[in-house]
Amino acid sequence: MTTTSVTNTEQYNYDVIRKFAIMTLVWGVVGMLVGVYIASELAFPVLNFDIPYITFGRLRPVHTGAVIFGFGGSALFATSYYIVQRTCQARLFSSGLASFTFWGWQSIIVLAALGDVMGYTQGREYAEMEWPIDLLIEVVWVAYLVLFVGTLMKRKQPHIYVANWFFVAFILATALLHTFNNLAVPVSLFSMKSYSLFAGAQDAMTQWWYGHNAVGFFLTAAFLGMMYYFVPKQAGRPVYSYRLSVLHFWAIIFLYMWAGAHHLHWTAIPDWTSTLAATFSIMLLLPSWGGMVNGILTLSGAWDKMRTDPVIRFLIVALSFYGMSTFEGPVMSLKDVNALSHYTDWTIGHVHSGALGWVAMVTFGSFYHMVPKLWNTKMFSNRLINIHFWLATIGILLYITAMWISGIMQGLMWRAFDDFGNLQYAFIESVAAAHNLYIMRAIGGLFFLSGMVLMCYNMYKTIKSGTTEQA
Amino acid sequence: MKHDKIERNVGILIILTMLAISAGGLVEIVPLFFIKETVEKVDGVHPYSPLELRGRDIYIREGCYLCHSQMIRPFRDEALRYGHYSLAAESKYDHPFQWGSKRTGPDLARVGGKYSNDWHTQHLTAPRSLVPQSVMPNYPWLIKTDLDYSDIQGRMKALRVTGVPYSTSKAEFDKNVKEFGEETAKNLHIPDAEKNLIAQAQAGNYDTNPDKLTEMDALVSYLQLLGTMVDFRKYDDDYFAKFR
Repeated sequence: MTTTSVTNTEQYNYDVIRKFAIMTLVWGVVGMLVGVYIASELAFPVLNFDIPYITFGRLRPVHTGAVIFGFGGSALFATSYYIVQRTCQARLFSSGLASFTFWGWQSIIVLAALGDVMGYTQGREYAEMEWPIDLLIEVVWVAYLVLFVGTLMKRKQPHIYVANWFFVAFILATALLHTFNNLAVPVSLFSMKSYSLFAGAQDAMTQWWYGHNAVGFFLTAAFLGMMYYFVPKQAGRPVYSYRLSVLHFWAIIFLYMWAGAHHLHWTAIPDWTSTLAATFSIMLLLPSWGGMVNGILTLSGAWDKMRTDPVIRFLIVALSFYGMSTFEGPVMSLKDVNALSHYTDWTIGHVHSGALGWVAMVTFGSFYHMVPKLWNTKMFSNRLINIHFWLATIGILLYITAMWISGIMQGLMWRAFDDFGNLQYAFIESVAAAHNLYIMRAIGGLFFLSGMVLMCYNMYKTIKSGTTEQA
Repeated sequence: MKHDKIERNVGILIILTMLAISAGGLVEIVPLFFIKETVEKVDGVHPYSPLELRGRDIYIREGCYLCHSQMIRPFRDEALRYGHYSLAAESKYDHPFQWGSKRTGPDLARVGGKYSNDWHTQHLTAPRSLVPQSVMPNYPWLIKTDLDYSDIQGRMKALRVTGVPYSTSKAEFDKNVKEFGEETAKNLHIPDAEKNLIAQAQAGNYDTNPDKLTEMDALVSYLQLLGTMVDFRKYDDDYFAKFR
């Protein structure tokens, strides 16, 4: 009981942030470990061991769920609660609601993973969770929205800080996407099986409107919010341009929602939707780079920190990967490029240059700044942060290089003709040709995972040396 | 309006954000439910029989869509490798769609009829016994597991709610006879689902073991149907181009 009364008198609710921060690390290790495992399954299929629960088809959603919603989601809850309280100078308005979002979200991740391995799936990428879990997500998400907006409303600052605009857009968009992409009819009240309300072309459009904007809002807008707080904080400089942040905020949230159909180029959707999506995807380059420029130039006048501060290095390299993958994305959305890249490993490489390079790296940087503050201490070891940085960077480079090569190779092999106008390669030859690259990819993943484990050790030592009493 | 105003009022921020994020979906997706040309007018496409439906459920359960697409694009190489490009009409009863996004293995949109039942059963049980370089997992449990079809009527009824024309009454059955022919219409009649499922499995003998009704029966029956519903000899290509 004494602990409760202590927390309630604290200026900020750090308790829930600490919990989310720890779970971010846990899900990071779990999700990346499963990722390395399924990458190895593709190189060595014997690793499927004839066990239904660990085949590639069932573990892949466990990987995506654990890294996107477990690692990424928990990181967003943690940092958004940290940022909204500090920039509003207001405590989260309800500790009960905050606690509910924590336990609710964690049970969602666990239930989703269990459902995946047992084969309960909607068969929609990144939305595999069956209907009972979807309903739980809906409830927790509304609680999150209420808590976040409620806290914004009791702010002591007249202005809502830019990071919070991004979080608001992320929460609203995720609610919208989740609701409409998961409309389904359950077989019965006691059945874990449901059928999606829409079919065929309309269903595909809905799914990729969801799928692309899960990237656009969950993995981009929200992490830009994170960036807008932690980069200026760590650099000790104000955001480079206020005007640019206004412009690129509205542009990015408007444009993203149109781009999803570029996942369906050359498929059985009307050509006009595909063309429209490609057009908007190319326009998206501008606001994406607006965010990158605004973040990187925030460092103006403090460039020496790139040399001396490993946390800054994480943040700036994250922004660089963000810039690179948001350039690659529009290129891949061109119909002619997409004709080659679609269905190949190039897409997998692209996703990971965003997910590892941007999402994970900006999270690492932010956490190295935030976690010591949550426990009133300093990071245990800067040297380990530095090693983590290099393990992660080398891992990403190995990963995306392997996927570029195998992806472009697959695309070229599939469309190669011999002198007589016959297909030059059987499909299986492209599978065999990717073998060594799949090994290289798994090794890249292993590098990244070992960096993550190292971070956990560093965090464990840090937290042990700290205290949760607020000064 | 000065941006300052938005930054000071969370209500305005929320409303403007909702407007900004709603536009894309409203313009690109909602019309597809109303524009008739989105789905081609073509004969032959019909809902799945009870056995094929259970097979499709297993296809989804095992996450096949994560490595196999079911969407052939209109390119020369894909025409040679897989066949005619996929039509929207061919997945109009697919809840959910299974077009996929990755070809770690080949496209399956027209795999139906390309290989024998024996081949599929052997390949699903031990892919590398037929294709040594394959990276597909073995699925030995499919042939060992009895097919659970206890809730097949419930599954068909749920799909009926989404708009798939499975019939419950004589009038609906007659309507299906008119649209799909009597043979197919019988398979779409919910009250006879169990009977039809067993009959198809026995007649088809998909898992090459006539004594047992297994998950393999269902999955192979589904695979053998894929891409076979439309007779493309009846249409010239200009016809489908009109809809794109």
